Amino acid sequence: MWLTRPFRERSTQLFLGILLAALATVTLLNLMLPAGHPLHVSTYTVTLLGKYLSYALLAVAVDLVWGYLGILSLGHGAFFALGGYAMGMYLMRQIGDRGTYGDPVLPDFMVFLDWEALPWYWLGFDMAWFAFLMVLLAPGLLALVFGFLAFRSRVTGVYLSIITQALTFALMLAFFRNEMGFGGNNGLTDFRELLGFDLRSDATRLGLFLATGIALALGYVLCRAIVASKLGRVSVATRDAEARTRFLGYRVERFQLFVFVVSAMLAGVAGALYVPQVGIINPSEFSPIFSIEIVLWVALGGRATLYGAVIGAILVNYAKTVFTGVMPDAWLFALGGLFVLVTVLLPKGIAGLLAYRLTPRRLKRKPAAQSSTPGEASA
Amino acid sequence: MNILHSLADRDRVFDFLVPARSPVDVRHGPILYVEDVTVSFDGFKAINDLNLTIDDGELRCIIGPNGAGKTTMMDIITGKTRPDSGSVWFGSRHDLLAMSEPEIASLGIGRKFQKPTVFEALTVFENLELAMAADKRILPTLTARMTGEVRDRIEEVLATTGLVATRHHPAGILSHGQKQWLEIGMLLMQRPRLLLVDEPVAGMTEQEMERTAELLTSLAGKGKQSVVVVEHDMGFVRSIARTVTVLHQGSVLAEGSMDQVSRDPKVVEVYLGADPDEEAA
Repeated sequence: MWLTRPFRERSTQLFLGILLAALATVTLLNLMLPAGHPLHVSTYTVTLLGKYLSYALLAVAVDLVWGYLGILSLGHGAFFALGGYAMGMYLMRQIGDRGTYGDPVLPDFMVFLDWEALPWYWLGFDMAWFAFLMVLLAPGLLALVFGFLAFRSRVTGVYLSIITQALTFALMLAFFRNEMGFGGNNGLTDFRELLGFDLRSDATRLGLFLATGIALALGYVLCRAIVASKLGRVSVATRDAEARTRFLGYRVERFQLFVFVVSAMLAGVAGALYVPQVGIINPSEFSPIFSIEIVLWVALGGRATLYGAVIGAILVNYAKTVFTGVMPDAWLFALGGLFVLVTVLLPKGIAGLLAYRLTPRRLKRKPAAQSSTPGEASA
Repeated sequence: MNILHSLADRDRVFDFLVPARSPVDVRHGPILYVEDVTVSFDGFKAINDLNLTIDDGELRCIIGPNGAGKTTMMDIITGKTRPDSGSVWFGSRHDLLAMSEPEIASLGIGRKFQKPTVFEALTVFENLELAMAADKRILPTLTARMTGEVRDRIEEVLATTGLVATRHHPAGILSHGQKQWLEIGMLLMQRPRLLLVDEPVAGMTEQEMERTAELLTSLAGKGKQSVVVVEHDMGFVRSIARTVTVLHQGSVLAEGSMDQVSRDPKVVEVYLGADPDEEAA
């Protein structure tokens, strides 16, 4: 089975081991130690870590298309935000009549705008299954239509990056408008419950953190499975020599579309897990800067490794939290400086450094032409 | 750009399963008939009343000065260029002029371009795996498994092309010659009946040329492939050719063994009175 193949890989086993151990440690330190203990992990920190994990899943999604397919998407924030909005709409409907205006159906901002009834695209979002389906379908459909048009016309490289920027920018402007019915620039907030669990309770927050960690693990395995399949090798071939791949008989644009849609759906899931943890979704998630920042995480962590994307996303966002606490104005300079440093000193990112440290010295030499490798060929 | 376009145009080629052995009728001997073909570009006759027959399993070298129509001839056989008149048959059943480029390719005519393009980040083994004739739609590709049959076929081609020792190396670190062999190997993975090879030894070292000569000679044969090589290097042609065709101004000037051809006064004249061997050197 192609889906279970990653579980037999040592790198994936290692990654899952570290991730699950980290989840378990955080959970134990949060639950078992009293609040005053120096090793106690506060619920605030747990939620912060959960946010990092959702960013990590987003970074994995970007690495799948950029690292392995060579499509530099500078608009993945749009898919993340759409997943987030789908979740946000569900959470809004769960508020019910407990909003400021007490309307049993309409969210507060609609009452404020004097809307009479729920717009058609809000229908169904009171049902969890429908909302969760939309978390996948909304970004997936956008990626399908956008990717179909772009890849069919053989738009790749810089031009594709630019239109992905335009896409997320256009969506940002649209979502800023009150008439769109997504809460304008305030977005959706004031959430109460998710599946009946109180979002303000410590247990729910811990649960959301764990759910995000598990989603990251599953997303990682899915991406590894794709990358390790023949389809993954076709992707790499497309990345490096698109015309040649086409000449071998692969319908390159369909492969690009497939991977792009999978990646967009993963980004949507990441957004849906992000929203209940930070308690708000607004159009700033669509901002082009955010999408560029995601690419920076991947570049810093190491492209085309998947685990590098996870490391990059967590480290950069941790640094951001620290920096914006100490010197808020200096953060963008620090990010820029970090990016320059890594590009110059670590062209393969942090993952490249790790791989170099972990590789036995004898393998670092370029393999000699005679060194026949006996045994099994890679399956 | 033209080459890019020609590559890009062919994306429908192998969308369905290519039969293991294409149903080409070679009972009468020849696998390729080119009869009375004429092509002109803006009045200039690139191919002028060309007649050429390639036998099944034959290794044929085609030489000729620049502008003799060698590349145009390849373009006609692969369906990229349509002639003004004449007929081209693959075996005695398939009229190539009535077929599209992808159809011709899936019928079993493989063409190797001058500049090798291999997937540098993938290993030699993986390059061959991707080139293999298989169901190339998305889901079959995603769930494809490395069966013993596939592995055997790849090993076979690795052995034929002499790349066994490099099978796990990324193709990017191969030498120029090895990349050319890998490219030929990728063609072989599609089980062609007729291989068209354009200038295989350009830029190769002496030893690489020898290896390439051995490879091409071993590929041709009854029940194997027919091979047509277009080459400028006379020494190389002499080392592999059984039959040589000399093209000049779009038609066949002479045909026969290398010795016969190089003694032919017409050929000598075309090569500016020089001995072909010296001219090449």
